[in-house]
Amino acid sequence: MAIRRPVEQISSAGAQEFRADVLVLGGGPAGTWAAINAAGRGASVLLVDKGFCGTSGATAPSGTGVWYVDPDSAKREAAMASREAMGGFLQDRRWMARVLDHAYDTVQQLADWGYPFQTDEYGLQRYGSVMGPQYMRLMRKRAKQAGAKILDHSPALELIVDDRGAVRGASGIRQQSGERWIVRSGAVVMATGGCAFLSKALGCNVLTGDGYLMGAEVGAELSGMEFSNAYAMSPAFSSVTKTRFYDWATFTDASGELIPGAQSKGGRSNIARWLTNNGAVFARIDKADAPTQAAMRLAQPNFFLPFDRAGIDPFAQRFPVTLRLEGTVRGTGGLRIVDDTCATTVPGLYAAGDAATRELICGGFTGGGSHNAAWAMSSGFWAGGAAADHALSVGEPRHAAPVKHAGGVALREGAERPVDSGDLIKSVQAEVFPYDINYFRNGEKLSGALNRLDSLWSATSRAGRSDALRVTRDREAVSMLATARWMYRSALERKESRGMARRLDYPGQDSGPKYNVRVGGLHEVWSRRDANQPAPILEAAE
Amino acid sequence: MIEVIDEERCTGCNICVHACPTNVFDAGAKIPVIARQDDCQTCFMCEAWCPEDALYVSPRADDLEHPDIAALKFNHVIGSYRAAIGWSKGDAPTI
Ligand SMILES: Cc1cc2nc3c(=O)[nH]c(=O)nc-3n(C[C@H](O)[C@H](O)[C@H](O)COP(=O)(O)OP(=O)(O)OC[C@H]3O[C@@H](n4cnc5c(N)ncnc54)[C@H](O)[C@@H]3O)c2cc1C
Ligand code: SF4
Ligand code: SF4
Repeated sequence: MAIRRPVEQISSAGAQEFRADVLVLGGGPAGTWAAINAAGRGASVLLVDKGFCGTSGATAPSGTGVWYVDPDSAKREAAMASREAMGGFLQDRRWMARVLDHAYDTVQQLADWGYPFQTDEYGLQRYGSVMGPQYMRLMRKRAKQAGAKILDHSPALELIVDDRGAVRGASGIRQQSGERWIVRSGAVVMATGGCAFLSKALGCNVLTGDGYLMGAEVGAELSGMEFSNAYAMSPAFSSVTKTRFYDWATFTDASGELIPGAQSKGGRSNIARWLTNNGAVFARIDKADAPTQAAMRLAQPNFFLPFDRAGIDPFAQRFPVTLRLEGTVRGTGGLRIVDDTCATTVPGLYAAGDAATRELICGGFTGGGSHNAAWAMSSGFWAGGAAADHALSVGEPRHAAPVKHAGGVALREGAERPVDSGDLIKSVQAEVFPYDINYFRNGEKLSGALNRLDSLWSATSRAGRSDALRVTRDREAVSMLATARWMYRSALERKESRGMARRLDYPGQDSGPKYNVRVGGLHEVWSRRDANQPAPILEAAE
Repeated sequence: MIEVIDEERCTGCNICVHACPTNVFDAGAKIPVIARQDDCQTCFMCEAWCPEDALYVSPRADDLEHPDIAALKFNHVIGSYRAAIGWSKGDAPTI
């Protein structure tokens, strides 16, 4: 792999200023794959992460299933068909096939790099899943080896655009020193993950929808934001939202009586309803036999961590559970992608992973499915490659036309006083957490919540910039607020039940032509229905 | 939430200061301090990255457990997550 052009540090007076061909925002699987492919194409690459590339984001602390299917046409066909109904038939077969191909090759790549895949009882390698800590530690190492420079604890706060509106960099803050950073680049890959609204779902508190806000501030469209109400199960006291093993659970109420219809899969709404109307729900994972129990421990050590430490035997004892909002992390909404390169609607801006919409391969549903991991590795790789080609073709950022910092709310100097982010976060959470509003959606409740969120926006929209210690949290709060508005606006636009976007007032699937809901805008939020058609095939940059 | 930095085991390598995604630790005079406990998201990643098995993250996401450090060490609870994911003591990740 050719390592070319290094990232240049232009100055460090006042702010650390860098120049790179490609700037990657976010260092989860999507961002690291983007960085590796961009660097492999000869671009200089800077990757910034709000946390630490290698531990941050939704993949790092979890065991992750990958959509890994042998290249056998019958198996591939079955894999694609199996999820279409759940996703509401909004997927694009060609994209599914491309992601299946790419994920398969990527897993092979990981094996070649020495990722220690487990072997099954027949001595065959189990390529269908990776351990987050190991996977992301390896990805950090490979990104650096490929030549990417990494800045940790350096959240991006806003994008930078040139006089034609093309994205040419970003700026943010170095959390541990309080200094600002500014990067001039030829292209930007948005890989900041989804939005889980600070619900403490596993690894998700760094995922506050920052990329959606930064994208919308330069005019990018979002898509599928109605598919944003994923709730995942965890012990009530714990952050570990690993839901798979609850398939083997029995759910009871405080007195030990079975809760009618309660199941993790296909009956989660009965659990949400019980939690809303009746109170505590208890689980016991009593349907797993001894060999299954042993396999579970091996597959997902961190599922058992909270139990072991709290002295609970989850196979024998009942423990209280809750459902934590994971928003778009296990939903499918995000920045709209317009072609095979993962370009957004704004020149110079590419989107990957959970920051991008996953409708192309998941439609309106993903849940725990391994599609997300396959999507992150594929979209990241494609976005990084295309961003490199774009950057190298538009030429040196130093000759760029004058630029503008695009960030608005909570970033303007000398504007009104800063937001009270603590209050704002609580107010947004009060609209998005309740099962009664966001799980069991109907037009009236959605409109009520959206009106309140719009008023919050009006009250917040002129807020000024806070000090270095607080500005990141302020922007997170504003991102959550904006995300909540796009989510409910989209949910109101879809007057039917499809994928995870279910409406009590429209329980059926509309039999008319299928559509995708696009959304965007800040002060005025807009939404639009586009006919759901296979994406046009554009000459890919690869 | 993160509750323990074991002074006996910690070498002050500051890996945890870097590795925590939500920037909970500050580097201290000799060993790091838990500076922003409220920001802890209970992800267990600092434990996984600490090469000395010097950190303990309580499974409780919203309140404190105040565990007894000696018991955690005696029962090999500290270090148990690293062991479960196959990372051995002393295996220091590169930052
Ligand atoms: C508990 C859990 C279990 C899951 N299990 C599976 C599974 O088994 N299979 C599967 O396919 N999917 C699974 N998923 C979903 C999967 O984890 C995500 O789809 C995947 O992590 C997306 O990768 P990403 O790189 O887009 O985002 P992430 O991995 O979330 O990474 C985003 C990165 O962006 C950084 N960031 C955020 N904001 C900024 C900013 N402003 N500036 C700079 N950096 C920023 C974050 O710090 C983070 O490092 C699971 C999710 C959860 C929560
Ligand atoms: S990583 Fe472990 S040994 Fe290193 S400073 Fe942190 S607690 Fe101490
Ligand atoms: S558990 Fe996670 S968030 Fe908490 S201190 Fe450790 S690394 Fe940081």
